[in-house]
Amino acid sequence: MRRDIFQAIADPTRRAILALLAIQAMTPNALAEHFNSSRQAVSKHIQVLADCEAVTPKQTGREIYYHVNANKMKEVDKWLDTFRKIWEDRFNQLDDVLTDL
Amino acid sequence: MTHETEILKDPNNKQLNITRAFSAPVEKVWKAWTEAELLDKWWAPKPWKTITKTLDFKVGGFWLYCMAGPNGEKAWCRVDFTAITPAKSFDATASFCDEQGNVDKNFPPMNWHNVFSATATGSKVEIVLSFDSEADLEKIVQMGFKEGFTMGLGNLDELLAE
Repeated sequence: MRRDIFQAIADPTRRAILALLAIQAMTPNALAEHFNSSRQAVSKHIQVLADCEAVTPKQTGREIYYHVNANKMKEVDKWLDTFRKIWEDRFNQLDDVLTDL
Repeated sequence: MTHETEILKDPNNKQLNITRAFSAPVEKVWKAWTEAELLDKWWAPKPWKTITKTLDFKVGGFWLYCMAGPNGEKAWCRVDFTAITPAKSFDATASFCDEQGNVDKNFPPMNWHNVFSATATGSKVEIVLSFDSEADLEKIVQMGFKEGFTMGLGNLDELLAE
């Protein structure tokens, strides 16, 4: 299965996990408390996020805290940049068409 | 005078809002969006070209066109019109398809809601692009990439140079 940032954010629970982790690093147990789904289900989502390198585990004492990997999240912004460029080019050409109308 | 293209993404990744001002009055902008001869002049960023096969601008009608690349590549798209308020707004659903207009189900359709309005200096167009499924972001992004690939090869050089 393909593992990239888009896969990471394709699921609403995973987006919610990322939103929580963006505020502060958390342990899987602390994260699971925010969701109605089982701890196992939440763990699975965390695993997908880790596989996609959207989050990184860091050992602190006996606990593992998950952090958001900000660089990876930028891939989405990159896609949006391409999208923006397409529309900007398009609209600049429309300006020319309108001038001639 | 240059106008900024504003693009906002909703937090759920389900919707994109695009706003752009124009110096021309609404009537002209509306014409440029709804007449094949004019659409063909601006819809595809250079060096790509838009070639309209058919355009039936009415509710239930559709625009069938291809994006033609400099090396003979062609990507077919169809835009089905679902609501029209003349010179004010129109709604449509955009899909990838073949030359006959048979929709490619591998890509989720994109819904457009385009609103045209007058401003003190001309007009503006507000576009809401939305997707049926918010969990489908990956596909949507792929479609964005396909669209980016199809239309934005001119930009690709720039991107690669970065």
